[in-house]
Amino acid sequence: MEQNKINISIDNRPVSVNPGTTILDAAKSCGIEIPTLCHINLEGTCVNNHPASCRLCVVEVAGRRNLAPACATTCTEGMEVHTNTLRVLKARRTILELILSNHPHDCLICRKSGNCELQSLARKLKIHEAPFEGGEKSCHELDKSVSIVRDMNKCILCRRCETMCNDVQTVGAIGANGRGFNTTISPAFGLKLSESECTYCGQCVAVCPVGALTEVDNTNRLIKDLANPDKTVIVQTAPAVRVAIGEEFGLPAGTIVTGKLVSALRKLGFNYVFDTDFAADLTIMEEGSELLERLKKFLDGDKSVPMPILTSCCPAWVNFFEHQFPDMLDIPSTARSPQQMFGSIAKTYWAEKMGIPREQLVVVSVMPCLAKKYECGRDEFKVNGNPDVDYSLSTRELAALIKEANMDLKSMDDSDFDNPLGASTGASVIFGATGGVMEAALRTAYELYTGKTLDKVEFESVRGLEGIRHASVNLNGFELKVGIAHGLGNARRMLEDIRSGKSEYHAIEIMACPGGCIGGGGQPLHHGDVEIINARRKAVYEEDRNKPLRKSHENPYIQQLYEEFLGKPLSEKAHALLHTNYFNKSK
Amino acid sequence: MESNKISCAAIAKIKEICEAHNNDAGELINILHETQNTLGYLPREVQVEVAKNLNIPATRVNGVVSFYAFFTEKPKGKHPISVCLGTACYVRGSDKVLEEVKKVLGIEVGETTPDGVFSLDCLRCVGACGLAPVLTISGKVYGNVDPKNVRKILENPEFTK
Repeated sequence: MEQNKINISIDNRPVSVNPGTTILDAAKSCGIEIPTLCHINLEGTCVNNHPASCRLCVVEVAGRRNLAPACATTCTEGMEVHTNTLRVLKARRTILELILSNHPHDCLICRKSGNCELQSLARKLKIHEAPFEGGEKSCHELDKSVSIVRDMNKCILCRRCETMCNDVQTVGAIGANGRGFNTTISPAFGLKLSESECTYCGQCVAVCPVGALTEVDNTNRLIKDLANPDKTVIVQTAPAVRVAIGEEFGLPAGTIVTGKLVSALRKLGFNYVFDTDFAADLTIMEEGSELLERLKKFLDGDKSVPMPILTSCCPAWVNFFEHQFPDMLDIPSTARSPQQMFGSIAKTYWAEKMGIPREQLVVVSVMPCLAKKYECGRDEFKVNGNPDVDYSLSTRELAALIKEANMDLKSMDDSDFDNPLGASTGASVIFGATGGVMEAALRTAYELYTGKTLDKVEFESVRGLEGIRHASVNLNGFELKVGIAHGLGNARRMLEDIRSGKSEYHAIEIMACPGGCIGGGGQPLHHGDVEIINARRKAVYEEDRNKPLRKSHENPYIQQLYEEFLGKPLSEKAHALLHTNYFNKSK
Repeated sequence: MESNKISCAAIAKIKEICEAHNNDAGELINILHETQNTLGYLPREVQVEVAKNLNIPATRVNGVVSFYAFFTEKPKGKHPISVCLGTACYVRGSDKVLEEVKKVLGIEVGETTPDGVFSLDCLRCVGACGLAPVLTISGKVYGNVDPKNVRKILENPEFTK
């Protein structure tokens, strides 16, 4: 018997756990899945919701009078736990029936059908009757923003979204209001999401166990455009999509399906299948050059240069600082996100090359993200009302569309992206994981600054899942200090340090979602399994290793784009097409 | 989003109350108590102002205000009426008393008469069960209330002075 371990039995199986372990975790460690609808814990990240509010995890503990919630009861020496006695099963069934009494029974037409934790549990517990009458009291209006749809009639008050929005992201857009049957999770004063500080990061959607929070569905719009012979429809897919979409087709998490994804998109009818990775390489050229320019001025003693420089690829992060840190709008890089750089180049350089009039060209993006839907619609990314990127689909929406079109991603052949906007390097694919943008920028900035070639392109020190990380890189004797934060709560800490003058960094990468884009609000649902995020992360770095070119500035089509069209990074044309301004959106 | 519908004096008062509690978000309930006692009620603009002072999201302030029945987002009447719906009063017909008050004043629970004289709320037990059914007006307890007498009580000239 190990020292300092607590020995208990669960369903007559001996289990040895560390002190402080809950019954729920102890059971999980020996393969017993106790059902729960509120608990979620992505170990290694800051995502942890444990309000013990759904009560579905109740178990019997020998010698205890009442049933114990497994998620909120810690193991004690000699504890004898039973998870499937008659008493437990009856109680669990009653609790579920009570939750269902106040939940609409419109599963057949619910957006979450097939992916709903409540539905799965009702099926598992074989609930075929509704013994409790009088529910469905709530009649809340549907709140449809440009990214997220709130249907509070379906909310079961698990509080996962509230935890994500307040504790993890520190946005505070939604919270509990009212009491009893009248409780809703909503913005203050019953406002709409669009009137709140919501960043559209979509982390609330990513954890919602039911159909209360879902994304705005652009699939039908896409189907119509694809069927329109007068339109040229092109698509860009983000780095994080290729390592996650396979999950929707039964492939293990972390399976790289880039080639199959390209084939599926082509079969759906897109005229050209391009890659956001191309634009990610372009982002590095612009953002990296901006970093070096600011750094040079700073080192020459110009104290008016805002330092550090912050990345600006993540639209939820942009929304966050526009709402919460309006006094610091000059610090982030002015570079647009890869999605918007792609749209801008596609509708100018490429459209001119191909002779396609702007209004006939439809640029669609497939993103692991819900904030990208909002970003497409920002006025500064439109020309005479015509957006650079027409609309964005999430990874989940694309998977559903592929299935609807009677295709199976698994059985697709591999094929390659179209050129020129489909060519990319390994530096761009790691944009999908936290730390990736910084690593890609370092690969290019190092070589441009020092004039030397990197012996080893990997910067392992910026990788990982820790909320805030830092590293320093020697540039010809100058120590470049970089920081990385993922999750907006960590971003807030970084920003507060900058504001108070405590920050020593020269450059900081920030991603709104825990894990970076691989954990984005538009990805296949992880249902609380952090191993899925880890597998996607490994896959992103594997895809990088598989690429012949691994530094953005070596992408031949990027070089061609500068030669033929943009001139050089930060040129006047590059500024007009690839950079942006930020706005004070504080309430 | 927020227009400055509240006066500068109110903003200063809220600031003073928050500062007296060291702008500590943990003191939110006490701060809201004092603010309501001072300003009479807690409209949206006041809640936003409290949130700003404590550096917390407005959702959190609004969550507390909307959870506790004591806090009100609407102005109370000059003479707040509370009808007891506790067990003793209820079995002795306070629901009928409540209906009569609503009928006489033409307002629903939680509302205030257009002239600002009365506002109507319900509560659970004022500790005068021997007098059930009871209602209170401006804190004064009226016992053994018969629905037939409600109009007479409310038409007492001291309320319209």
